[in-house]
Amino acid sequence: MAVTVSPERDSVATPVQRAMREALYAGAISFGLFVLFIGLKTGQNISNELVLTTRWGLLAAVVIATAVGRFLYVAYGQPFLANQKITDVATGALPTGLASRFFQLPTFIVAIIAAVLLFVFNNSLTGWVGAEPAGYLQFLRALAVIYVLACGIYYFRAFIHANFTKLGITALVLYPILVVAVLSLNAWSITGGLQGSLKWVDNFGIQILIYVMLAWGLNIVVGLAGLLDLGYVAFYAIGAYAYALLGTQYGLSFWILLPAAGAMAAFWGVLLGFPVLRLRGDYLAIVTLAFGEIIRLVLINWREVTHGSAGISGIPKVSFFGLMSFNVSDSNYIAKVLGIAQSGAYYKIFLYYLILGLCLLTAFVTIRLRRLPVGRAWEALREDEIACRSLGINTTTTKLTAFATGAMFGGFAGSFFAARQGFVSPESFVFLESAIILAIVVLGGMGSLVGIAVAAMVMIGGTEALRELDFLKQIFGPDFTPELYRMLLFGMAMVIVMLWKPRGFVGSREPTAFLKVRRAVSGSFTKEGHG
Amino acid sequence: MQYFVQQLINGLTLGSIYGLIAIGYTMVYGIIGMINFAHGDIFMVGAFTALIVFLALGALFYSVPVVLALLVMMIVAMLLTSLYNWTIEKVAYRPLRGSFRLAPLITAIGMSIALSNFVQVTQGPRNKPIPPMVSQVYNINGISVSLKQIIIVLVTAALLALFWYLVNRTSLGRAQRACEQDRKMAALLGIDVDRTISITFIMGAALAAVAGTLFLMYYGVIAFSDGFTPGVKAFTAAVLGGIGSLPGAVLGGLMIGFIESMWSAYFSIDYKDVAAFSILAIVLIFLPSGILGRPEVEKV
Repeated sequence: MAVTVSPERDSVATPVQRAMREALYAGAISFGLFVLFIGLKTGQNISNELVLTTRWGLLAAVVIATAVGRFLYVAYGQPFLANQKITDVATGALPTGLASRFFQLPTFIVAIIAAVLLFVFNNSLTGWVGAEPAGYLQFLRALAVIYVLACGIYYFRAFIHANFTKLGITALVLYPILVVAVLSLNAWSITGGLQGSLKWVDNFGIQILIYVMLAWGLNIVVGLAGLLDLGYVAFYAIGAYAYALLGTQYGLSFWILLPAAGAMAAFWGVLLGFPVLRLRGDYLAIVTLAFGEIIRLVLINWREVTHGSAGISGIPKVSFFGLMSFNVSDSNYIAKVLGIAQSGAYYKIFLYYLILGLCLLTAFVTIRLRRLPVGRAWEALREDEIACRSLGINTTTTKLTAFATGAMFGGFAGSFFAARQGFVSPESFVFLESAIILAIVVLGGMGSLVGIAVAAMVMIGGTEALRELDFLKQIFGPDFTPELYRMLLFGMAMVIVMLWKPRGFVGSREPTAFLKVRRAVSGSFTKEGHG
Repeated sequence: MQYFVQQLINGLTLGSIYGLIAIGYTMVYGIIGMINFAHGDIFMVGAFTALIVFLALGALFYSVPVVLALLVMMIVAMLLTSLYNWTIEKVAYRPLRGSFRLAPLITAIGMSIALSNFVQVTQGPRNKPIPPMVSQVYNINGISVSLKQIIIVLVTAALLALFWYLVNRTSLGRAQRACEQDRKMAALLGIDVDRTISITFIMGAALAAVAGTLFLMYYGVIAFSDGFTPGVKAFTAAVLGGIGSLPGAVLGGLMIGFIESMWSAYFSIDYKDVAAFSILAIVLIFLPSGILGRPEVEKV
């Protein structure tokens, strides 16, 4: 094909004109995508028939927003990003270009003062300015706190980078204490602080740590051994039901059932793995998915044992190693033994440390296993299965151990989940959960423990934080429910993060054992069997 | 015997729908080696589009002949659903084509979550029932065959014939098969690989949209979460038949349909899905690359 370069052609395609064209395309496409789904809405009328209502205004807004967004991105965003990349390459300081302009010392000080002032006068704000502006001010306060924290992280980034693991573990250990301390100061009473800490410790702390543990468990299977498992939630379900059934029927203690649940999940892992592990790649994926669905369907339909969709309730609480209990009616209730005020927060804080301990156990075992022959065999298997087999590694046993180890941690997490909820039902073990856990493993960078923890914090913490966006009701009216958008945003975030960092937050781990030095000895100098 | 034939007909109907969806999975897998997890939700979007078109037709015109209504629903659903799949491929899969294997799988799962929740947010979480469109039932020797079932089987057969022609006899189909064998070589020979892959996605979505319309006509109800189960079943069907093989996808779809209807007729309806998944596992143990799939040859 002959290409003629004419001066007119160059002058035609200025960035702005190109952006206009792209914006028109984007608008047309989004009109096509949304005309039926946003433009029309199906709803029931009084006689329960479906009727359509029109929302052309909203459709127009969405289409125009798409077009304008595309225009701005093509006309200004892309050139800016390209320039930024060139600047970064030229100066060699990768993140400083934009970030040092954003995190400046004067703004940092202003943000600290604003945050402190708003915290101090928090309780009298509503009286001064009314409920609605107070909501905005609280939002402003949250922004200021986030900014201050981000600044702190930015200023100490070298230190944080060097000691990330130690700092992370310290922060996790101190987290409930800090939450209770801050909230007690804020409410001027310890009981108030304990009450307020429930949400932060339970919804954020425990929730995130459960996913961290699950993702670290799955990481053994997917990240280390390279086996794609889409039904990991089955082992989680087995652990949860093992504790729920044995705990309610036989009254056994959590501390006996925790290892039992892990063993049971591992047993099922072996049972599933034995016939299917010679399948390759995606065939294995679909069989594990099918296994996850089978377990869920059996849990729903085997009503005599599992009570079907109604689930099992009244699962006993964990005791403090049998010494103290968290049931108010018991004689050795923790508040009576220690002589402190009653509160539900003790149990949550205890559970937080329990799951933190389980997480650290998982991480410790993973790190140690990576250095054992079996861990090295896993990593070798991930890199090249044929090479593994020719080196005499028994691939079936290696895969089985990975599967069973991963399943065991899933079982631990499951029994913890049952103890924390006090209630299990098949609803909690749908495929979506497997998908979320797998997404966390991949987004974190397969094989990297720190990356996975960060990914869990971002994805799960982010969706939990969306529950807190009540102030949006003041903008969009009381009918606006931010919870509805939670999973929509979650799905989109998965796509965006993956596109932005295809190798995960931290990037894949190199194999633990790696021959770094290339020896410059040619073949003719070495005898057979040496060198 | 009558009962058995009756179940056979039910299975054939169900299997046709699964087969239509399974083709989308198997084609995408064949050409870029990726499990398109959003395909089940694409099917759901197709069914929802058909539902909205059905309601719009009812609101705009006093009465529309059923055949015409079905045709319009199908065509609009095919067009818009193709647009969805085309956009998704362009936005979420194409940038990751050179990346490692799990990356597009994760974006596909993300897209699946986003699509079903998008429909939930915009159209509401409730089941959407429509009045029955076609209600004739024929009775032949004590076996009842509804017109709906006949329509489903005929439409599926016609589409499969058209599809077979497209893949085996046109230059587009040749380009697709070439890309399937070796994408780099195909590109060197002047085939526009990006365009071929886009068209593959469009074709898969169009078939899924037809399946969605037929599903809506057959069951008369759709909800935002209805994409998952048929999607997984169709994917199971594609793997059972040998992923990457088009006749395999149809065969697998029919098998899953038969297993389901027979199991619910003779054993227990609760465990029909368990039966389908267990048979998948058993078949894969003995035929590790599906019934019609070619075993992968590893070259070192």
